[in-house]
Amino acid sequence: MTDTPLSLIRNFSIIAHIDHGKSTLADRLIQHTGGLTAREMTEQVLDNMDIEKERGITIKAQTVRLTYPAKDGKTYVLNLMDTPGHVDFAYEVSRSLAACEGSLLVVDASQGVEAQTLANVYQAIDAHHEIVPILNKIDLPAAEPERVRQQIEDVVGIDASEAVEISAKTGLNIEGVLEAIVTRLPPPTGDASKTLTALLVDSWYDAYLGVIVLVRVRDGHLKRGMKIRMMAKGQTHIVEQVGVFTPKMIAVDTLGPGEMGYVTAAIKTVADTNVGDTLTDDRNPATVALPGFKPSIPVVWCGLYPVDSDDFEKLRESLGKLRLNDASFHFEAESSAALGFGFRCGFLGLLHLEIIQERLSREFDLDLIATAPSVVYRLRDNKGVVSDLHNPADMPDPTLIAAIEEPWIKATILVPDEYLGSVLTLCSERRGQQVELTYVGSRAMAVYRLPLNEVVFDFYDRLKSVSRGYASFDYTIDSYQEGDLVKISILVNAEPVDALSFMAHRSQADRRGRSICEKLKELIPRQLFKIPIQAAIGGRVIARETISAMSKDVTAKCYGGDISRKRKLLDKQKEGKKRMRQFGKVEIPQSAFIAALKMDA
Amino acid sequence: MGKRAGDASAARCNAVALAPLRAYMRRMEPLALYIHWPFCASKCPYCDFNSHVRDGVDAARHGRALRRELAHEAARTGRRPLASIFFGGGTPSLMPPEVVADLVADARALFDAAPDIEVTLEANPTSVEIAKLRAFAQAGVNRASLGVQALDTEALRFLGRQHDAGEAIAALEAARAIFPRLSFDMIYARPGQGEAAWRAELRRALALAADHLSLYQLTIEPGTKFSTLFGRGEFTLPEGDAAAALYAATAEEAGAFGLAAYEVSNYARPGAESRHNLQYWRYGDYLGIGAGAHQRVLEPAGMRAARRHRAPEEWLARVERDGHAVVEEEWLTPRDRAREALLMGLRLAEGVELARIEARSGLAFDDCIDAATLRDCVEAGYLEQSPGRLRATGEGLIRLDALLPRLVA
Repeated sequence: MTDTPLSLIRNFSIIAHIDHGKSTLADRLIQHTGGLTAREMTEQVLDNMDIEKERGITIKAQTVRLTYPAKDGKTYVLNLMDTPGHVDFAYEVSRSLAACEGSLLVVDASQGVEAQTLANVYQAIDAHHEIVPILNKIDLPAAEPERVRQQIEDVVGIDASEAVEISAKTGLNIEGVLEAIVTRLPPPTGDASKTLTALLVDSWYDAYLGVIVLVRVRDGHLKRGMKIRMMAKGQTHIVEQVGVFTPKMIAVDTLGPGEMGYVTAAIKTVADTNVGDTLTDDRNPATVALPGFKPSIPVVWCGLYPVDSDDFEKLRESLGKLRLNDASFHFEAESSAALGFGFRCGFLGLLHLEIIQERLSREFDLDLIATAPSVVYRLRDNKGVVSDLHNPADMPDPTLIAAIEEPWIKATILVPDEYLGSVLTLCSERRGQQVELTYVGSRAMAVYRLPLNEVVFDFYDRLKSVSRGYASFDYTIDSYQEGDLVKISILVNAEPVDALSFMAHRSQADRRGRSICEKLKELIPRQLFKIPIQAAIGGRVIARETISAMSKDVTAKCYGGDISRKRKLLDKQKEGKKRMRQFGKVEIPQSAFIAALKMDA
Repeated sequence: MGKRAGDASAARCNAVALAPLRAYMRRMEPLALYIHWPFCASKCPYCDFNSHVRDGVDAARHGRALRRELAHEAARTGRRPLASIFFGGGTPSLMPPEVVADLVADARALFDAAPDIEVTLEANPTSVEIAKLRAFAQAGVNRASLGVQALDTEALRFLGRQHDAGEAIAALEAARAIFPRLSFDMIYARPGQGEAAWRAELRRALALAADHLSLYQLTIEPGTKFSTLFGRGEFTLPEGDAAAALYAATAEEAGAFGLAAYEVSNYARPGAESRHNLQYWRYGDYLGIGAGAHQRVLEPAGMRAARRHRAPEEWLARVERDGHAVVEEEWLTPRDRAREALLMGLRLAEGVELARIEARSGLAFDDCIDAATLRDCVEAGYLEQSPGRLRATGEGLIRLDALLPRLVA
């Protein structure tokens, strides 16, 4: 191992919608080629994290090297690249795809193509992949291979006449998939005599080995002991080990052109390994890096606060540990009058946010409050200085700001015709601009430009509800564009509550302001005193609700035998008051904040 | 010489020892005496009082034990003025009248009691118990409190009562002829009870000419049968604004009849207030005798709160063995006393006397309350200050449970 001739290597990825059977197919391929014994197979080998298994999504790219003796009598090395399966990780997906020459497009033979599949398949086409359509779940009574075949041709625009019909679940025709990989996907290209260039596909932290870097060698060789240089990062490291995943980690002497594998080099943190970077030989460096590198930039920010303020240090440590393994999220300490001390955290998208939040509560046992997600606004002040705004609470006096720009996305929505009307209404309510509207059989495909700000605010939930769950949605970040944006402050009993402030387009301000005031009126329990709740732009109130004073709360009977009990209750209530967030004479239970913020997310 | 020196030092010692005792004697107030009879013929579904249904109660033996516990307690407190006696339960009208007579006589003998002290007995308006009313009067009871609860037979059945509306009215008429003072209880805000229906029922009750009424909004107490049924959603109660409206209607009707709300749920003609219960609300000393009874008495060492064993059998065994059945005892801190005095006193229309709160708690009034909340409550019209007093307004009174946790320091 392992200087495999290029002609005997196939590098491929699998593109599929959630639940269409990507992980099951991967498992079958590993089983069929003997990568793991039956005993070693745990269901869905590639999804390592609990969250990945539960949600059926892949967060980190992973690879498996399969050895397959084909019908032509030769033994091939097949590298399966498992790509992250969500738009939040679009850039990571593009790098994983860049490491391969072909893709298997797995489509559920009863459900057909979904929006997410479409976005990924277009990315694969952009990466010049050869694509082999696979019709999965062909054994189900509801399977309609002919209709789905036609749909693939109509929607994706590739020839589906030779789509491979399988059932990953029962193992039907896995051989057919393997043969298609060998015969229909092109081998990689590369030059062994050139100096080393290798694409950094992904990396993760291992407690024993340090950072493990997943690479695809383009030219030259990667060997143990050599000094490598990360071309974008500029750092050098001595390679301690190179190897492949079968999926077990097996050390090898060298990785040659076209091959995939891992490198360890005593790297302390994944922040030193940027996805898309190029590894080269420090003594004989390449002059030109591999194309496509982009530093990862968080697009969605929110505040994370411990419910119990004593957990602040634990939260800091936990965020630090997560960052060891996920350089794409950022955090910095911040404080809020309503929520105490916490962190402003940046994420690649909403799913990424949710995953980090979930890992914090699950792996580190932390109870958290998340503030409403906000996008990054670009502010240009009157002197022409441009700055980023991550937290609406930090918005300067609007009179000092000349312009505010907000990020826009390009969204692809697939929806059955009967719900199209409501979906289009939703998109235009959210300031969407229609780019394209086409029909695919009975389904419509709407492509819209939408402000990301409108999407982080419950768009996905609304979309699901207006389409009764039938719409599928996908997006890519498009561009920044100036907008008439304002900061909306929420005042409870005339005091601003920083954690509830948010940015909105002026045309949406009244509606959003009204809606949050109404929600807060429902969420904040009636109190001893009457409490006004207001939404305001600067000093101008745009919405107002009043929580009326509680109507009656007094014990009917209280005599000599009740005094101790009543006093002990009073002592307890007095103690309980300390846990409330106090705004003047108003106490807001933390649960109301959490609920108000949740409804925004 | 030695003798004289000895005398002088003894006198000094006495003076030192007696000083706090004298101070205590100055603060020594009249006692209220509560006597608990824990037995009932049946358990009402709303009731969370310490009541028990038992076959073959040995009433004479239970009565002897009450007398013994009373004597034991009197020995501890010493001979003090006695302000009132209250027989509560359970159902004290199930007591043999001679037991009541013995206890009243004992109390008068053990303490300094004026001839006209208030002696109340709670009675159920069933025919059996009404037949005993004259005997209770002869035993020294001068005020009856009848558990009428409703004047609607169906409602009475819902409330698990053993009498009907006719019996209730007959009982009230009989009691009025026997006792100089009469009160009765009603329960309102029952499932499905509208304001008009309650006003009509209350007017009929008021026409029965008692000088005092306790009108309670139905409350679901944990551990009761109603709590289970309510938890299962088998009935609902007027809540929030509807409950507040019923409360306001109650005060209005009672007021029109000359009965003023002197406490959250108690209405009386001027001068006819329950002296015994006022003692609780004014945070005075009270003794409690019988199973599960509570007491609070200022002793030389401080304010002692005590509770007796709740189970009648265990209570009886302990009293027969030890002379008393106190199972819980607590010395209340100044903070505890301030909170208790406020939570009781602000239930009264008269409010609290600042000097009295200071005397009973040992704290300056300013240290008993949160000044900012006081200001907010006065501004919102929930509390009213007058020289030396603080009282809750009508609006404050109905929100007292929410107000207190903020107001007390």
